[in-house]
Amino acid sequence: MKIIVPVKRVIDAYVTVRVKADQTGVETANVKMSMNPFCEIAVEEAIRLKEAGKADEVIAVTAGPAQCQETLRAAMAMGADRAILIQTDDELQPLAVAKLLKAVVDKENPEIVMLGKQAIDGDHNQTGQMLSALLGWGVAAFASKIECGDDNVTVTREIDGGLETLKLKLPAVITTDLRLNEPRYASLPNIMKAKKKQLDTMTPDELGVDIAPRFKTLKVTEPPERQAGIMVDSVSDLVEKLRNEAKVI
Amino acid sequence: MSVLVIAEHDNSSIKPSTLPTITAARALDSDVHVLVAGAGSDEAASAAGKIHGISKVLHCDDAAYEHGLAENMGQLIAKIAPDYSHILAPASFFGKNILPRAAALVDVQQISDVSAIEGADTFVRPIYAGNGFETVQISDTPKMLTIRTTGFDPVKSEGGSAPVENIDSADDTGLTEFVSRELTKSERPELTAADIIISGGRGLASGENFEKLIEPIADKLSAAIGASRAAVDAGYVPNDYQVGQTGKIVAPNLYIAVGISGAIQHLAGMKDSKVIVAINKDEEAPIFQISDYGLVGDLFEILPELDKALSA
Repeated sequence: MKIIVPVKRVIDAYVTVRVKADQTGVETANVKMSMNPFCEIAVEEAIRLKEAGKADEVIAVTAGPAQCQETLRAAMAMGADRAILIQTDDELQPLAVAKLLKAVVDKENPEIVMLGKQAIDGDHNQTGQMLSALLGWGVAAFASKIECGDDNVTVTREIDGGLETLKLKLPAVITTDLRLNEPRYASLPNIMKAKKKQLDTMTPDELGVDIAPRFKTLKVTEPPERQAGIMVDSVSDLVEKLRNEAKVI
Repeated sequence: MSVLVIAEHDNSSIKPSTLPTITAARALDSDVHVLVAGAGSDEAASAAGKIHGISKVLHCDDAAYEHGLAENMGQLIAKIAPDYSHILAPASFFGKNILPRAAALVDVQQISDVSAIEGADTFVRPIYAGNGFETVQISDTPKMLTIRTTGFDPVKSEGGSAPVENIDSADDTGLTEFVSRELTKSERPELTAADIIISGGRGLASGENFEKLIEPIADKLSAAIGASRAAVDAGYVPNDYQVGQTGKIVAPNLYIAVGISGAIQHLAGMKDSKVIVAINKDEEAPIFQISDYGLVGDLFEILPELDKALSA
């Protein structure tokens, strides 16, 4: 079984993101970039399926500028076998990414596409669901547990009031949520090995995909500032304030 | 053209997340239709008809929609999409699961988590866990949006009398089989609909302490109970308690954060609350920078005291 794991390069989760003064976007100059945390979970799960003998090959895929090679190398250092970069400097929106991934899936014929439920930059939470629609495959979004059968996969997923379990025919798309696993750190030898692994590059044109943006970002603004209030000295003071000043209890 | 709202429901009642989504729809057009797709869902459809401010309920009752699976819901929404200028769903796990599937089927780029509507094609949405807000203009038709329910006041669930029209189902894709659903049982209000929320973090140190210290206060205030990711990951409370960037987005009248330091991902889920109270032993905790009332101290002493004070 072959698993494709799409990954995304984003501003590191621990960096404080700042909106640019000219409102055109957020500050990315000299900012640490990393693999999106949900993508790391997807890579980890795919590798575990390989280690368990369920999968034979794990292929990491990304779309974006040349620097995204770093993210693919990071996925291969974790254990992905090879990688594909769809190289473009153009803005990519989720529908375009889903179309690019579909083109790669059509070439590679994997049984599972496993990807993070959302990227922590745009917070769209769309690509996996869209890809499943374009492929005509089943989808299990927000997975917290995955059990692979021969021609099906059973996925427990996070829903509004608890958990839901679905059984999907393969091939299928799975998007990963936080509690699926804890991703490993790549060891130094594996980081060195990853440098020699196969990384193919292609372009949206070569894949025949139109990636023209559908929405235009007019501006990006700071969130409304919330002012710190006051410190109270005691529980009785707090309850008094909530009752008589804020009037919320 | 009309606006369509995809109702979130459990076949017998309409979920509160649907109501602010209808408010958002009414900001776009006065002619709002609501789709109730389910199985054995007559009760939900008639409840939808009573919602204030809508002109029609589309009811599709078929075994294919019993569990709201994305594959079949996507197919149905895509089928009726050409009749609408806008299609809206709540940005709950339900809406986030189904609407992108439908959008891709009709070749539309969805706009996620809309927190404000500036025009028929111009929408505001949070990015980077709410560290920025982008205003976007979309050329696709229909416009497909998931709505951040804390950004819009709910419409009244009673007082309307919209007709219910039965519609044909779309093809059953047969791709996915529903196995089971395990819902957290609770007598308390739903997190996303509660007036008051009390949330605990890693500082609580155990699930037993949630029961012993948080629950009595929640009972007295008729509050919902939430948690930080750290508390959920530590196994103190179930997953669906999580408030934050990737969990639930809430904006109650009163949010009490106990033993939560205030990671940016948590703040992203609750900082629109009207009044925020923080109780933490670390006076440097970031949560105090956004709270209206802060109390520094040991939660194991403060919570029993608070419980007592609320009884008085």
